[in-house]
Amino acid sequence: MPTSYHIVVCGSIVPDPLQTLEPVTTPTGPALKNELLLPAVLDPWAGHALFEAAHLAKQHPGSKVWLVSIGPKAKLQQVMMTVAQKVPFELIAIDGPAGGFTESAEIAAALAEAIQGLPGLDKSRLLVFGGWESATRGAGTTLQMVGERLGIVDQFQGVDQLTVRPDGSFQVLERIEGGRHQVSSCGALPALCGWATGNLPEPPNNPQVGMLNMRTVMPALQRAKPTKISNEGVTFPSVSLPKQRRETKIVKDMPPDDIAREIVEWIGKE
Amino acid sequence: METILFLAHTESDGSLGQAALESLAAARTLAAGLTGSTLIAGLVGGSVQSAADQIAGCGATRILGVAAADFASSRYSTDVVAVEALARAAAATIVIAPATSRWNRVLAGAAQRLDGRIDAHATGITAADGKPGLTRWYYRQRMEAVVQRTRRPWFILLEAGCAAAWNGPAGTAAVESVAAPLTDANRRTIVTGVQAPPTDQQTIRPDAKLLFVAGAGWTKAQPDGKAHSVEAEEIILDFLGKTKASLGSTKSLVDLSGEGQAVLKFMTHLNQVGQTGSTPRHPKGLATCCHGEEPHTVGWRFINERRAINLNPNCSWAQGKADVLYVADAFVVMRKVNALLAAK
Repeated sequence: MPTSYHIVVCGSIVPDPLQTLEPVTTPTGPALKNELLLPAVLDPWAGHALFEAAHLAKQHPGSKVWLVSIGPKAKLQQVMMTVAQKVPFELIAIDGPAGGFTESAEIAAALAEAIQGLPGLDKSRLLVFGGWESATRGAGTTLQMVGERLGIVDQFQGVDQLTVRPDGSFQVLERIEGGRHQVSSCGALPALCGWATGNLPEPPNNPQVGMLNMRTVMPALQRAKPTKISNEGVTFPSVSLPKQRRETKIVKDMPPDDIAREIVEWIGKE
Repeated sequence: METILFLAHTESDGSLGQAALESLAAARTLAAGLTGSTLIAGLVGGSVQSAADQIAGCGATRILGVAAADFASSRYSTDVVAVEALARAAAATIVIAPATSRWNRVLAGAAQRLDGRIDAHATGITAADGKPGLTRWYYRQRMEAVVQRTRRPWFILLEAGCAAAWNGPAGTAAVESVAAPLTDANRRTIVTGVQAPPTDQQTIRPDAKLLFVAGAGWTKAQPDGKAHSVEAEEIILDFLGKTKASLGSTKSLVDLSGEGQAVLKFMTHLNQVGQTGSTPRHPKGLATCCHGEEPHTVGWRFINERRAINLNPNCSWAQGKADVLYVADAFVVMRKVNALLAAK
């Protein structure tokens, strides 16, 4: 087993979760109102994957981290200004849509093609990382298809922990039902991990890392290859916001004893 | 005319779980709604005969099975071979499967192998005007869409709790064994077990009737100017013990745990509900010391009755997100709630 890794993180951008989202119909299918004007952030679970990748690379000298990201070039540039200050990586940008209504199979094809084209990539040292689900489509399907296209059959999803053992094999904890983890070990690469939250906090901004990264980020954005996502064979007869808005009863000045009684009665009601 | 494959894996006891039976009901309904369609069942597990017997009366024209020790537990490299083999043997055009963690992590790979398409986290499957369609949420439960596809095979992962479980007669089923050949490369990953907190410390209970959410307010300074994390832990664990509720959290609180601050020791990222957490299904939810901001409350999409306790009458719960907001100190109220529950 290798002692250093080539870690490719797949991660895109999503609208800032505090933004109000409204669907609109466009000639190419559903989209978000003012999608290109909405502030964006790195997809949260993909962000965790990136931080875990950087952590692993730091522990194993000689490792390298790439971030392969598909999205509108201008939005990618905006988000990279912040992300690039977090951890060292080399950006591979693909100019294309990043919305939730894009077809995951087509996105996977574009990502896999970009990964296959990475100069010097050593598959015997390859770990493909990404968020197990995006905050846009939220399907958890793209990474599996990327893995299949790259011929990776050791795949793990909902990963919260990857521990490399002294012999180079690794143990993976994957989320399963009921707040539990399935524990697996694997002794071979390449492998793919769709990360859940992991255990690492978000790294603080480091301007030095930012400056180093920006040397490759800007050229990568300029080189970004345009990719057309046609959404072939899929239609969305309707896209709507949930209509339910509750009539909230605001209870002020009620003694705690009475509130407690009311809550206990409510809990006990079938 | 569609060939609908109901795809399920066995549980550790060899039976089919609730989510699988719900998907079976949805598959049957879809087959009935699409004239001329055929329903086939496909089962994966260490042994599938008892599961096949369990659904012998479901109306499937064939029951296919991939059974061997290699397929007893969830592993991508072997499950993807089994699913591919079953879908090919059935010549399936639509595959309906329960959105269990096992199927969630493998069906997209199988769809890729079959040059098909997949929709995960479906919340409904319908047949309208002779066309199959499904509903699912986008942007973490913030908008709902109806999806139709012409590409086949079409894999659909149906969320639990979205259909009534099939409850037909058991019998003796004839299972057609399907070969799913494996190589050493499929066995490189070894599943060694399951890691779970001790039963008395397990705070995530998917089948609980109540979701209890603790927000970061439990760890903040109280009127005496000090934080009371230990007391907060006692109150929350006491309540969970008495009600058997499932514990949820906000991102801010579990992030504090990750940063090593003195907070609620039993809280982990697995408890997190919302944008980057889970979207659990419970009939009722009670939020405490939590402001109800959108990134958290998107995880409440499938909580029917919602109440909240917060000191701020203008918090987000008051903006149409809860049925009742009690403007009160959660420490005081929950202590009294525990006392009332103890007296019961």
